Amino acid sequence: MGRIQLKKVSKSFGDTLVIPPLDLEIEDGEFVVFVGPSGCGKSTLLRLIAGLEDTTEGNIEIDGQDATDLPPAKRGLAMVFQSYALYPHMTVRKNIAFPMRMAKMSQEEQDSRIESAAKALNLTDYLDRKPGQLSGGQRQRVAIGRAIVREPKAFLFDEPLSNLDAALRVGMRMEISELHKKLDTTMIYVTHDQVEAMTMADKIVVLQAGVIEQVGSPLELYHEPRNKFVAGFIGSPKMNLLEGPEAQKYGAKTIGIRPEHISVSTKSSKGAWKGTVGVAEHLGSDTFIHIHGIEGCDPMTARAAGDVSVRHGDTVYLQPDVAQIHKFDDKGLRIS
Amino acid sequence: MARAVTNNRKIINTAAAWTVGFLIFFPILWTILTSFKTEATAIADPPVFLFFDWTLENYAVVQERSNYARFLWNSIFIAGGSTLLGLLVAVPAAWSMAFVPSKRTKDILLWMLSTKMLPAVGVLYPIYLLFIQFNLLDSIVGLTIVLMLINLPIIVWMLYTYFREIPGEILEAARMDGASLKSEILYVLTPMAIPGIASTLLLNFILAWNEAFWTLNLTAAKAAPLTAFIASYSSPEGLFYAKLSAASTMAILPILILGWFSQKQLVRGLTFGAVK
Repeated sequence: MGRIQLKKVSKSFGDTLVIPPLDLEIEDGEFVVFVGPSGCGKSTLLRLIAGLEDTTEGNIEIDGQDATDLPPAKRGLAMVFQSYALYPHMTVRKNIAFPMRMAKMSQEEQDSRIESAAKALNLTDYLDRKPGQLSGGQRQRVAIGRAIVREPKAFLFDEPLSNLDAALRVGMRMEISELHKKLDTTMIYVTHDQVEAMTMADKIVVLQAGVIEQVGSPLELYHEPRNKFVAGFIGSPKMNLLEGPEAQKYGAKTIGIRPEHISVSTKSSKGAWKGTVGVAEHLGSDTFIHIHGIEGCDPMTARAAGDVSVRHGDTVYLQPDVAQIHKFDDKGLRIS
Repeated sequence: MARAVTNNRKIINTAAAWTVGFLIFFPILWTILTSFKTEATAIADPPVFLFFDWTLENYAVVQERSNYARFLWNSIFIAGGSTLLGLLVAVPAAWSMAFVPSKRTKDILLWMLSTKMLPAVGVLYPIYLLFIQFNLLDSIVGLTIVLMLINLPIIVWMLYTYFREIPGEILEAARMDGASLKSEILYVLTPMAIPGIASTLLLNFILAWNEAFWTLNLTAAKAAPLTAFIASYSSPEGLFYAKLSAASTMAILPILILGWFSQKQLVRGLTFGAVK
């Protein structure tokens, strides 16, 4: 079991309120991602759940039990840190065994759990090495191994992949997702990378300045962002936000249109926006074109097919898919 | 462009280092040489450097007149005891300052260091009176406590610096893994800080061994360490340079040997954190 509830939880450091009172429910077995720009309080929120920081006010319940004042060791949660935080003086085997040693588990039980964790994480050949002799990806796997063997109620990940190179990150991302499917244990994952959030999460919690902007499944957030912030944060490349007369046509202060919902043409058509190509990024599968000269949004990004050839300075006409336009009011909230 | 270190430059640097090293070492060398001279050669003018009749007579006399072993034992006990006692107090203090600092931590650290700037003689009277009150004069226990207290700021500072180098996330990981505060300090922090703790121990042992002000002022005979042993060969009996030198050599030899064997550890400890 691993059901976590935050009730009116807030956190201040001195006089600075970093997290105003918030409520959040995380169901057993869910993969929840906290995402937001750096400094938005997502790591602090995770540390509050872990017990590494004390809540200023409010309650944290784990499986219905009040855990607000429990020390981290007693909460039954496991955490994987950004820096891996392995014990440098212990071998991989001892690192993985440490939580079980602290729980005074029998030696046979420890050995069998180490063995199965090592097998699952491809670490069997490295059990007698020290962390210093491992690569970044292997270290991260050791950190995960150390978390698994405890059979915790929930796993907490604090930006675990940000120290890895891009290729490794994609691989580890899938490994963690598969682990979640296999263990079916609650996982809370903090990242600033919205791609990680979209690809891994059952539920995404978007945070800004300590405030939850929206909670929902990746596709809910993509299709129905609750406000301008979520609209701009989720999706890659970012949603284009237009203000001014063009937005007023739709009865909104701001309208948003994703790059993939704009068709680019070199021929003029009715109602199309006219602009000049700034940069065209060819990714092979797609081309992202950044266009200048459109009133209310500069530059505007549009996605075109991979074989489109446009050059800097070319004039293009952009036709938005009207059904995919998002409308926001003066306060930046979605108009449905 | 990086500046190449030429061979010439290397030679000059090496020569300069040896010169400075020799100048620092010279008084000790001279003491050791003098201890093998007769009293007459010891005060000869101009001084004789190496070519004299080497004699062990001074050592024999010193050995006969005073009980070297007792002074040595007192020194070992006082230096060792004050170091261990200091460590016992300093590890928790440094832990709390490094890992759960408060707004005042920096002030406390500075204040502790500032006590080292006070001339020791300034507190001689109060401490002397306290010693009389508690019946601690000329006792090993009293001296151990005083030396522990005067070196405590240095131990705390050194340990604090080493502990600061240890990433807090590792200790947090231990906490998440179910370690109690005791297990965290015992199984994670201490093993990681061992090089630092070792050099702190060494330096503190040497400082306590060499401490002369308190050891001379608070002891008479029973608890007197090697510093008092040296002092007993100075002025009252007139100028017996050779015997004084023999006594000094005997007093500094143990610590010199210890320092020689642990120099690598000491240098690493003292420059720890300077280069990262």
